Amino acid sequence: MDEREIKAIIEALLFVWGDPLSLNDISKIIEVEEEKVKKILKNMIDEFDFNRRGLKIICLNDNYQLCTRPEHHQWINKLTQEKDIKSLSTAALETLSIIAYKQPITKNEIENIRGVRCDKALDTLQKKGLIEEKGRLERTGRPIIYGTTTEFLRYFGLETLEDLPTLKDFKIEESDIEIKEE
Amino acid sequence: MEYKIVLESFEGPMDLLLHLIDEAEIDIYDIPINEITEQYIDYITKMEEMDLEVTSEFLVMASTLLEIKSKMLLPQVDKNDGEQLEMEEADPRLELVKRLVEYKKFKYASRELRNYEEIQKKVFYKPKEDLSIFTKEEEELEQIDIDELVKAFNNILAKSKGKEPLMDIDKIQREEYTLDECMEKIKRKLKYNGKIDFQHLFDNECSRQEIVVTFLSLLELIRMRYVVVYQEENFSDIIIKIRK
Repeated sequence: MDEREIKAIIEALLFVWGDPLSLNDISKIIEVEEEKVKKILKNMIDEFDFNRRGLKIICLNDNYQLCTRPEHHQWINKLTQEKDIKSLSTAALETLSIIAYKQPITKNEIENIRGVRCDKALDTLQKKGLIEEKGRLERTGRPIIYGTTTEFLRYFGLETLEDLPTLKDFKIEESDIEIKEE
Repeated sequence: MEYKIVLESFEGPMDLLLHLIDEAEIDIYDIPINEITEQYIDYITKMEEMDLEVTSEFLVMASTLLEIKSKMLLPQVDKNDGEQLEMEEADPRLELVKRLVEYKKFKYASRELRNYEEIQKKVFYKPKEDLSIFTKEEEELEQIDIDELVKAFNNILAKSKGKEPLMDIDKIQREEYTLDECMEKIKRKLKYNGKIDFQHLFDNECSRQEIVVTFLSLLELIRMRYVVVYQEENFSDIIIKIRK
């Protein structure tokens, strides 16, 4: 099987599957080792971008998925009556960003940072599949710990958690005050 | 004539405090606690006047502010030992400042994520093709021997052995895991891929009780015809899948 054929098959697989398809699954199906499939997929992503194709391939934690490009949104929208797609509430988004950076984290720890209760936000996020329970802490009350999902990565267009925007570091300022007080 | 003041809405006391600090353009590390406390209390009074619900969190913060204010009024004593005071003791504001700085970080991060969200909202995905017509019927539970399931269950139980003391029979313990909770948990786990490996239903840290209840919930879900379980071949892993 030459590389062109492999690429064609992968494209077909991604089209049919629709959801993110794992590297492992692809490699098993086409019977090519993962390392090589990964390289081919990387090439495909570049080629799709280079040729300005209407579809692109995104990678989420070694899962691959086809999707449209955001810049074509205005055209796609003409297929339908325009409607605003709901965004997350500020409360949910704040809660989510705390979880994203500090996972695994308990509800209590989140509430300590935000200074308000988060039950509703957690519930929304869980229903939307952006976070999930990652288990329980072995201490009094066995509190549930939360973390983000692959859907979270997709929702924000991140490849891995390392692509999260860097938290603004306030440490420099902190050392500033010490100098001031001396 | 009645007139309305538009109050910005805040995500809670921390949010409100940050807003007041930003507004006053003051250094977060050197908060004029007097002014800020006054403004803060002003604000929640206004909220009350407007029949907005002032949740207890806002009141807790108000009392924290007042506490800091009163501590700052007290003369600093106890330096006779020549020992330097801890920062916390030295500045009653420090604890609050730390929390504000921490909160601010995530507030900014969430704004950043909001931009990402805006872009990603413009992206479309294709739903998965309905492949069920190609699925062989005999893959369903009817083909799996219940013994296989019990065997797999015993394997999981064996793994967790020794992780907890024997149950104390004298005491009746509260049910930590309800069937409903566990069924929800399984459903959530299935939500992503539509299927899951039997082994992955259980965390490594699972207690015996959690395992038993999870197993019961699985049986219940099978009975409700919400999931099917199947094996690719003899002795391979048991897969749980949402029934379409």
